[in-house]
Order: sequence, then C-alpha cells, then structure tokens
Amino acid sequence: MSLFFPALNGRPGAERIARTATIALLIAAPFIIGPFGAAWVRALAFAALYVMLALGLNIVVGFAGLLDLGYIAFYAVGAYTYALLASPHLTENFPGLAHAIPHGLHLAIWLVIPLGAGLAALFGILLGTPVLKLRGDYLAIVTLGFGEIIRIFLNNLNQPLNLTNGPQGITMIDSASLGPIYFGKPYDVFGLFRMPPVYMYYYLLVAIAIVAIGVVARLQDSRIGRAWMAIREDDIAAKAMGINVRNIKLLAFALGATFGGVAGALFSAFQGFVSPESFSLMESIIVLSMVVLGGIGHIPGVVFGAVLLSLFPELLRHTVVPVQQQLFGRVLIDAEVLRMLLYGIAMVAVMLYRPKGLWPAPQHGLATPPGGQKARAMT
Amino acid sequence: MSDLVLNISGVNKRFGGLQALSDVGVKIRRGTIYGLIGPNGAGKTTFFNVITGLYTPDSGTFELGGKPYAPTEVHKVAEAGIARTFQNIRLFPDMTVLENVMVGRHVRTRAGGWGAVLRTKATLAEESAIRARAQELLDYVGVVRYADYQARTLPYGDQRRLEIARALATDPKLLALDEPAAGMNATEKVALRGLLERIGKDGITILLIEHDVKLVLGLCDRVTVLDYGKVIAEGTPAEVQRSAAVIEAYLGGAHKDVATKEAA
Repeated sequence: MSLFFPALNGRPGAERIARTATIALLIAAPFIIGPFGAAWVRALAFAALYVMLALGLNIVVGFAGLLDLGYIAFYAVGAYTYALLASPHLTENFPGLAHAIPHGLHLAIWLVIPLGAGLAALFGILLGTPVLKLRGDYLAIVTLGFGEIIRIFLNNLNQPLNLTNGPQGITMIDSASLGPIYFGKPYDVFGLFRMPPVYMYYYLLVAIAIVAIGVVARLQDSRIGRAWMAIREDDIAAKAMGINVRNIKLLAFALGATFGGVAGALFSAFQGFVSPESFSLMESIIVLSMVVLGGIGHIPGVVFGAVLLSLFPELLRHTVVPVQQQLFGRVLIDAEVLRMLLYGIAMVAVMLYRPKGLWPAPQHGLATPPGGQKARAMT
Repeated sequence: MSDLVLNISGVNKRFGGLQALSDVGVKIRRGTIYGLIGPNGAGKTTFFNVITGLYTPDSGTFELGGKPYAPTEVHKVAEAGIARTFQNIRLFPDMTVLENVMVGRHVRTRAGGWGAVLRTKATLAEESAIRARAQELLDYVGVVRYADYQARTLPYGDQRRLEIARALATDPKLLALDEPAAGMNATEKVALRGLLERIGKDGITILLIEHDVKLVLGLCDRVTVLDYGKVIAEGTPAEVQRSAAVIEAYLGGAHKDVATKEAA
C-alpha cells in the first residue's frame, strides 16, 4: 500500500490497516454494488481488465518513454489465442482437426494464458525490432499502423481458410475454471448462497490485477527499471554507461505486450465472445488516455486512470439519459456522443492544467540540498 | 605492447567538406594520466566521440588493453572498458544521485526481468552489492552527502564529480573525461586535480581533454596536442610546452621565438 500512499512508508501498522481496509472493500464491492444491477459488477470486472492493460502500456509509454498507439493489438492476440484454443470454432471449420481431437479444443485457461502472453510478447518483439530506432512521432504512427493491421487481419482471415471468422467473431468460448470451480455457472458458496459468474470473474480479475500491480512495481524498482528511466532521461548517456538501449526498449515492448496478452485471454473467457470490433484504434487510444490522464509513469496514477476512465462512461450512460428525459422530455445528446465530448474536454483540460496526469509521480529524490540549487532545468 | 591500455592510430574523420581528424592517434600506458589539448575546434571532442563509438571513423585501428575493439556501438565500447564523461555534463537529472551511479553498475551486472519480478536471492544480493558500491563511489568522489537528492539539484562542481563516479561505476579500463574542469573556479580545480590524481594512483588510466593548460601540465604524464584535426605535438608536458608548433597554435606565429620560455 505504501506504493500508493508513500506517507505510509515506515509505518507498518498504518500500512497494514490500509491494506486490510482496501482488501475488505474490494471483496465487499460486488455485494454493495450488485443490488443496483449486475451490469455494475461487470463494469468493475472490466475496470480490473483495463487496469492490467493500462499497467502494461505504462511499461512502454511511462517507463521506457516509447509512444505506442497500437497497444490493443496485443490484447487482440491474447484474446484470439484463447478464443481459438477454447471454442468450437477451429474444430467446426477444419474437419481434419475435429477428427484428430474428438473432444474438441478446450484448453484450460491457465495453459493458454502463458501461450497467449508468449505469443503477444513475440509480436511485441517482431514489431519492436525494426521500429525502435524511430523517434517519437514516427514510432507512434508505425505502432498505430501495426494495431490496425492486426485488427484488419482478424477481420479478414476468414478466407480462404476460416481462421478468425472475420467480422462475425468467435463465439461459445469456454469460461475459465479454477480447479473444481467453473466460472460458467453460478457457484454454490458453502451452501449459503449462489454467486453469479460475473461476481466470480470480478474476483478473479481483481486478484490478477493486483498481481499485475505487484509485478510492475517490482520492475520499476529494479536494475531494468533504472535502465528504462535512464534511457528516458538521456539515452546517449545511458548508452555511454553500457546500457544496450535497443534491447532494453525491446524488453519494454515485450513485457508490455505480455500484459496485453494475459488480459486478452481473460477478456475472451469473461465475455465468451470476441470480434475485431473490440480491438479498434479507439481502444488503443482509450488505454493510452488512461495512462496519460491518470499519471504517466506513476503506477497508482495509472490504476486510478484506468478505473476512472472505464467506470465513468457507465456512470454517464446511467445518468445522462434519464436526466435529459427529465429536463427536455427526450434525449438530445446520445450518451456515446457526450462521452466523447467529455473525453475531449478532459484531455485538453489535463494537458493545460495537469500535464503530468491527475495523480502524477511525487518528486523523485529530495529537493534542494544545502549549497545546491533549486530544481531548475539543467544546462 | 600489452602495457598500453589504449592504442589508437590512423584515425580519419570527415564531415562533408571538413576534415575533422587527420591521422590522429594516441598511445596511453596503463596507470598514466594522458592529456589531449588543443585550441577550440581542434577536434578533441570529435576524437573522443570516435573512440567511444558515438561517431563512425573513416579509418583507424583501435586497441583497448591489447585487444582490438570496434568503436561502432557506444554501449559495446563501455562494456569493453572505456567510460566517458561529457563536456556538457549528461547526468540523469530526475534520478537521485545514488541512482545515477547505480545505473553505472548496469553494464557489470546481470539481473533481468525475471530476477526483478521474482526477487530471487541472487537478484537481491546483486541489488545490495550495486547499492553498496554506488555509495562507496559517491564517498570516493566526495558527494555521498547528496545521495538521496535529485541529481539536477547538485552544485555544478559536484555534478561533475557525480558524473565521474558514475563512469567509475562501470569498472573501466580507461576513464575518458571531456573537459572535467570546465566552468570550475580555482578552488574547485585544485580539488578536482586531487581527485584525478587519486584515481590515477589507484590504478585507473585516465585520458582527459582539457583547456586549462596549467592543470594539464601539472597533472598529465603525457600530452597530445591537436590543431585543425592534426597531431602537432606529443610528449611530456614539458616537451610539448617548448614545441614551436604548439606555441604557434595557441599564441600565433609572432610568438614562435618564445620557444625557450614557459608557455602562458
């Protein structure tokens, strides 16, 4: 917890209380929000997925300082990997396969997650290798292109061989299972009550999101994390100190892609259905907004940004329509349109007034030493 | 001669119409302090950038510690054992002083992504060692009191020392300093000279570019003088001082007859 609230550093008692309170809140959340509608619990579960995505993109954009506008491609890779390995799609379209595997393709998600992550990482390295020497804007455009290429491939790989089922997407994807617990149907909790699948996914996704936070925090505070920061600050000096800048940037790409791949596989199991629509450029930009708005490079900020920007549209949708009905008798501005409008305004406002994000990293290192100078620009 | 830490010859570098370096070379013996001087624009920093891999030379042979090395990739040169500082000081301004030096240890350590995430015993031990060595080096150069401050807040002279500490953290065979005394007042220069002499005595070979002739004469065992990209003199400071070519380069042709007196 001291990661989120540095004031707790060195106060183990207070830290323990904060941690317990947070965990209690996270456990209770679905029961508190559930009565308002299962859609809200679903929204929370998606928030956890977006936290994973935002953390992964933060490795690339925040830690290594590389602008990636096509990050959602890795999410897609993870999602389709699970979709293909845990649904009837391949066996239905390739009879040879159906003969070879009579029981159908139903790989357990715990097997597929490493596969999906690995495949996403591979794509990350394939994308990164030729483009890492590009600077800023050019890197952004190329990554944007890559994201679109993946989406277009997924959309069109239904001929001549129907690999991805094109725009119709892949349905009937298996739900996850954890040992005896199957996430596809309600679970009997000690005979007391039946927990709906969406609650179970919520807990699973939140748990994995917490692990993700831990992983990213450890990466930041390590030899690799320092190398990323050095590259961000001055890549020539970093090179002169023996850092293989190209490889360390590739590592950032690969690790970021891995997070995307894991989240994608989980998304696939959760939703039970994937289609290229979920992996548009807009999604890449939304994840990037979460990172930038929240606090680029700052893990708590990124988590905050992800939760805020994934829950906000839901809130909006539930208030905008009734409010407009009340005031005007009909809906003047569609919720989607209003959401985009507010997005744009939020972006501009953040860039003007809080360019480092809503929850930026606190100053790293102490400020003015005796005999020193205030933290002004170095020559 | 394996006694030579750096053996470079025949370096040529042209930028378009300008021949920045013509047949330049140095031979630096282990444990010595070697100076590279010359008027502004003579090509000293260009030569530095060539030997450390920032520029690609048109020709030249390069040997470090008796073994040939290819100055093509900057990080490989650092790995081979040349650590440099920059004329304009290139620290990592938003990292702490300690972290700047810890980054210097990167090239001699190995923990990667797995180690970072799993926090294995080996990784934790390495991190401890990195931190300890960094503290040691900060103490050695005299800035350990600033360890947790942002590097950008340090006084100028201390920023230079920090840069030297960071370079030393790479365990170099050769420490290449680009105008380490630039912008310092007389007191700071005396302290710097003390530090460099101590580094030299501790067995690290130093190559430095410097404008302050007095500092160079007092500190360096041997000196090469560049002018317009060519070597015009090479030898001990005393020999070089008396060279007519050097005096002409610094003071102009009218002063050639000052050869027997000490140069200003």
